[in-house]
Amino acid sequence: MYQYDNYDQSMVDARVAEFRDQVQRRLAGELTEDQFKPLRLKNGLYLQLHAYMLRVAVPYGTLSSRQMRMLGDIADKYDRGYGHFTTRQNIQYNWIKLEDAPDILADLASVEMHAIQTSGNCIRNTTSDQFAGAAADELVDPRPYAELLRQWSTFHPEFDYLPRKFKIAIIGSETDRAAMKLHDIGIQMVKNDAGEIGCKFFIGGGMGRTPMIAPVIGDFVPPLQMISYLEAALRVYNRYGRRDNKYKARIKILVHEIGADEYRRQVEEEFAHILTLGLEPPAAELERIKGFFEQPGFDTNASDDLDLSDPDFALWVDQNTHAHKRAGYTIVNISLKPIGGIPGDATADQIRLMADLALDYSFDELRVTHAQNIVLPHVKKADLYTIWQKLDEAGLANANLDLISDIIACPGLDYCALANARSIPVAQKISERFADLGRQRELGELKLKISGCINACGHHHAGHIGILGVDRKGVENYQLSFGGSEGADTSLGTITGPGFNEDGVVDAVEKATDVYLAQRTEGERFLDTYRRIGMAPFKEAIYAKETANG
Amino acid sequence: MVEQTLRYRNDEPVSDPAVPVEAFADQSNATAVRIEPGEDARALLPHLDRLALVEVNFPAYGDGRGYSAARILREHGYAGELRAVGDVLVDQLSHMRRCGFDSFAPQQPITAEAAEKAFATWPDVYQKTVDGRPAIWAKRHPA
Repeated sequence: MYQYDNYDQSMVDARVAEFRDQVQRRLAGELTEDQFKPLRLKNGLYLQLHAYMLRVAVPYGTLSSRQMRMLGDIADKYDRGYGHFTTRQNIQYNWIKLEDAPDILADLASVEMHAIQTSGNCIRNTTSDQFAGAAADELVDPRPYAELLRQWSTFHPEFDYLPRKFKIAIIGSETDRAAMKLHDIGIQMVKNDAGEIGCKFFIGGGMGRTPMIAPVIGDFVPPLQMISYLEAALRVYNRYGRRDNKYKARIKILVHEIGADEYRRQVEEEFAHILTLGLEPPAAELERIKGFFEQPGFDTNASDDLDLSDPDFALWVDQNTHAHKRAGYTIVNISLKPIGGIPGDATADQIRLMADLALDYSFDELRVTHAQNIVLPHVKKADLYTIWQKLDEAGLANANLDLISDIIACPGLDYCALANARSIPVAQKISERFADLGRQRELGELKLKISGCINACGHHHAGHIGILGVDRKGVENYQLSFGGSEGADTSLGTITGPGFNEDGVVDAVEKATDVYLAQRTEGERFLDTYRRIGMAPFKEAIYAKETANG
Repeated sequence: MVEQTLRYRNDEPVSDPAVPVEAFADQSNATAVRIEPGEDARALLPHLDRLALVEVNFPAYGDGRGYSAARILREHGYAGELRAVGDVLVDQLSHMRRCGFDSFAPQQPITAEAAEKAFATWPDVYQKTVDGRPAIWAKRHPA
């Protein structure tokens, strides 16, 4: 993976020094909270309901064991012994003291990490495919381009005060595992008939209160013009994105209002101008970065044989591993979704254990997924049983990847100052209702996502089953939707009808799964059945009046 | 009325008042103009040779349109004074300088020392812009 040189390190160190100065000015009373707020937000430090929250960037979701170990140590030293992995492949600490924040940033900088641009109306941390460099279906490894993006977007002087926050995802497989079309910019690395690599730009997607699927704006941009194209796309947005209403300020609204064709025309005009300026890093820089992403030293004699005589192990292998591009290797998904647990939370000890496993069995690499799980990308099949045993001892062998209990949930009203309703208790109750693994596997792939407010951090629009918490006259109320998806077949969910209370929404989810089981045809997932038969049968079951006394 | 201007140029300051963009096109002798956030900096491109001062107004620091306006002017060869006015805070100075501003008239005074410190925040820069600083990628791969 990428390693900092002196330039990268000095940039991060400069940021730590700057923020230490700003915190001291705040603690000394030289800065008011109003003056300090934009400064702390540039460093990922939020003031939440109960305490400061620090959001640490994990660039394109990739971590070394040393970095992962530090994340565990920070949880112990400065928080309450756990951290929360987020839908943006980052980690958040929910119980931070302001006076500790500079020291945490310094600890992070010592392992080439930071919290730069994890908040504010700027280009946020770039996300990517958690299987990058490992997946059997990969066309182009997106990580060198993601690193190029990281450097270009860091302290970009023109785009630090955009109309609104700006999220970029980049992938290199046909299968989209990063919800790429639901980002401000999604980039898919593709190959043309001549075998040349290009960037396909999807611009103007997003979730939030106005979910939109991004249209294609740039069909095939040469990789050595990617940065110039981004400069053009961002400049048009910075100049013409709406600033009169923060709820209409994302780029999706601009693209929607002027139309994809007109936006494309403006970007192409700006792009032609920017190409004359020589802003693009040279091929040699891309080659230098690619050097950090060479394939690790795989064992060419590794065997695909696997002893599956332990039934629990066999279930976990079937559910939580994914095809690797090399024979004898596999990709391991570590689920952070125990039954009744908080989605995405891990204790310091669990974080350090995962770091150890990465060091010993996965060429020193881990990934954070947007579904709030952890990946060991390069595992020899011969080591799987040992890894599974160690995970199981630590409570990390939940064999529920992509099943109904593998829930995405935002922190909700338990932590978040923006939330209208709690998300975590709903997630806990649903996973408890469907605790039986056999029942979950019978239901098959079923992506359930919960947001505690309309900002949609829990991706409810993209859930096969989505749940949105709202405040209705001071009472938490949950809207249910079906039919969302985030992959190649990206679609937005449709609301079923009137909302439910907390227990009611759990019941409604169960009734919906009953309809699916009764109606499905061979090989259909919940999503497929819903798309085939439509909302009516589900609605009928969910809202049917209980017949009193049988 | 501007009370304080931090200026990083060697030529004589322009004494003409800056006129609004809409009035500028009709005043063939005007040498100073003021751009508001919603206005198109490209409208000035035909007149760059007679311009000595462009003021870019920032009514609120969070409205970043002026950064693009400044860069566009510099990218098209404008060499006169480019002044950021309004809600210009010390924490924005470094980025503004990188986008081509070479003078600043902040509502709240900023000392010259604080400004120098702000300009020195970053030892290097990742992007090539219009301020002449070599990007880190250029330093890594000297021609």
